[in-house]
Amino acid sequence: MVAFTLPANSKITDGKSWPAPSGAKRTKTYKIYRWDPDSGATPRVDTYQIDLDDCGPMVLDALIKIKNEIDPTLTFRRSCREGVCGSCAMNIDGTNTLACTKNMDDVEGEVKVYPLPHQPVVKDLVPDLNQAYAQLASIEPWLKTTTPAPERERLQSPEERAQLDGLWECILCFCCTTACPSYWWNGDRYLGPAVLLQAYRWIADTRDEFTGERLDQLEDPFRLYRCHTIMNCTKTCPKGLNPAKAIAEIKKLMVERKT
Amino acid sequence: MSADRRPLSPHLQIYRPQLTSTLSILHRLTGIALAVGTLLLVYWLAAAAAGPDAFHGAQSFMGSWLGVLLLFGWSVALFYHLCNGIRHLFWDAGYGFELPQAYTSGWAVVIGTGTLTVLAWVIGLIVI
Repeated sequence: MVAFTLPANSKITDGKSWPAPSGAKRTKTYKIYRWDPDSGATPRVDTYQIDLDDCGPMVLDALIKIKNEIDPTLTFRRSCREGVCGSCAMNIDGTNTLACTKNMDDVEGEVKVYPLPHQPVVKDLVPDLNQAYAQLASIEPWLKTTTPAPERERLQSPEERAQLDGLWECILCFCCTTACPSYWWNGDRYLGPAVLLQAYRWIADTRDEFTGERLDQLEDPFRLYRCHTIMNCTKTCPKGLNPAKAIAEIKKLMVERKT
Repeated sequence: MSADRRPLSPHLQIYRPQLTSTLSILHRLTGIALAVGTLLLVYWLAAAAAGPDAFHGAQSFMGSWLGVLLLFGWSVALFYHLCNGIRHLFWDAGYGFELPQAYTSGWAVVIGTGTLTVLAWVIGLIVI
């Protein structure tokens, strides 16, 4: 449902401020969304000053530095620190991206860090993505066949395999899905760009034998057709993929199979 | 901590406005404006059918500063919705999804809207 403002328990207040470390010559200001489930208070934005001469280049480096040296209560997800796992997806400087591959020099002025937009917050920068994960499970993202398994693997020509390029690389960080206004307003019924790109990844796979059933499952006013080609998904994807195009390909197949 | 007490993370409040989303919401808004503007057109036609007095009243309203302002807004909405609608037709056919293409077509829609609006009013004012 469309609600342009935040509910009362989600309104953001000014939080604490930590001064720059003494002797720091070059500093960068971080404004970070904080919410503690145990305090009962509404979310706040805390301000941290980082000594750039004693910090790595990426936003994730600054977050780890804050947690290690300034405020150990800061909570966020991270794992691979090289843009492969998708754990540190968050809203940085107004767009969704991975903290580990976002260079803080690319942000002018203060670095504002929020959790992925329009999701329930577990704590600080950790969103609850269970709904998106359930939606991913609903499209059955695995190879489905009816023919008996061959002696060897199911083969593809290089051209058939090339059709999966730009699809298999998705790391399921959900930057695109949580950048989509349609998903903000109808996320309970609309699958969102990340899951639809995964759906197309299996529709486009020549080894999969359930293309028709997969399309049947998506033929729905909400699951697929809440995509209005806003293109926020493609604009924000930290892996440079194109969910908007994948969704358009599904829509085209829907039309083609009727003619 | 029950899950339903969790706050909702900020969305519109913090997401950076960009050409992609701005043009999209403008398409929706101009669509609504056109639907409302059609009422104005119906009023004008109904007045023409009702007789000279009613038509004179409608004409003088359309000629007033408020009427001209509404007509100008309606023409902007019409040309924007038309240009962006053509952009959507290309998307529906599967073309123009690369980001540079989407940005080029987006700015083309903005420029096209301005050009067509100015052209329509210049032609309209010269003819009248």
